[in-house]
Amino acid sequence: MVEWTAEEKQLISSLWAKVNVAECGAEALARLLIVYPWTQRFFANFGNLSSPTAVIGNPMVRAHGKKVLTSFGDAIKNLDNIKKCFAQLSKLHCDKLHVDPENFRLLGDILIVVLAANHSKEFSPACQAAWQKMVHVVAHALAHEYH
Amino acid sequence: MVLSAADKANVKAAFCKIGGQADEYGADALERMFVTYPQTKTYFPHFDLGKGSAQVKGHGKKVAAALVEAANHIDDIAGALSKLSDLHAQKLRVDPVNFKLLGQCFLVVVAARNPSLLTPEVHASLDKFLCAVGTVLTAKYR
Repeated sequence: MVEWTAEEKQLISSLWAKVNVAECGAEALARLLIVYPWTQRFFANFGNLSSPTAVIGNPMVRAHGKKVLTSFGDAIKNLDNIKKCFAQLSKLHCDKLHVDPENFRLLGDILIVVLAANHSKEFSPACQAAWQKMVHVVAHALAHEYH
Repeated sequence: MVLSAADKANVKAAFCKIGGQADEYGADALERMFVTYPQTKTYFPHFDLGKGSAQVKGHGKKVAAALVEAANHIDDIAGALSKLSDLHAQKLRVDPVNFKLLGQCFLVVVAARNPSLLTPEVHASLDKFLCAVGTVLTAKYR
């Protein structure tokens, strides 16, 4: 089981309280598709992803980004049991979506950069470390049911 | 990983904007790397890694200078960093995975200190550039 210090929990939840989930999620997913374009392979039915401008403006990307980051919120509410919280999602990503877990790591790294850009004041090294641990734990949990 | 003309332009412009603050960016990136990825500290047993360490600042300056040099010779990063590549292969032998970690931290520093600079396009170009630098520095490992 993952051990979180009180400081880590505080850093994670206090920053989360300031996050605009819809905007941040949209930006994170868009940047994933732009910075690592091979990730577009999972979104063939999303329409126009032909340029950074197209990706950023794509309503399906925005909607899905919001959905993904809302899930993150569930993890933050269940920090002491993320594996259980994401068991179904993990099975879904393996059995139905066929997503290589490496992609969870890529999205986590992108999210960190987006948080840093939007919350510079709060994003101290300690805050970055707590959030990097968070995205690592989420990625691990999402990969946990893979077979 | 091939840097397009647009990537090269983005990287050069980014480092131009960062300008004289590159040293601070380097030191900040290192500090964040040591805090976020504690395993990276194993390469610096001889350093004081406490907050505000002069050694970390000094090393950050070196790292930044190398990145600036690479950006200034972006058509031949391998040539520009050849000696550094030798050093890493023969003496330092930092495991290749760590260059990605430092790269991530450098991006975070740019994002935190200069968010308007890090558009999605520049983000992509800088990420590619940092990957390319890491590849060059580990190219002679075996």
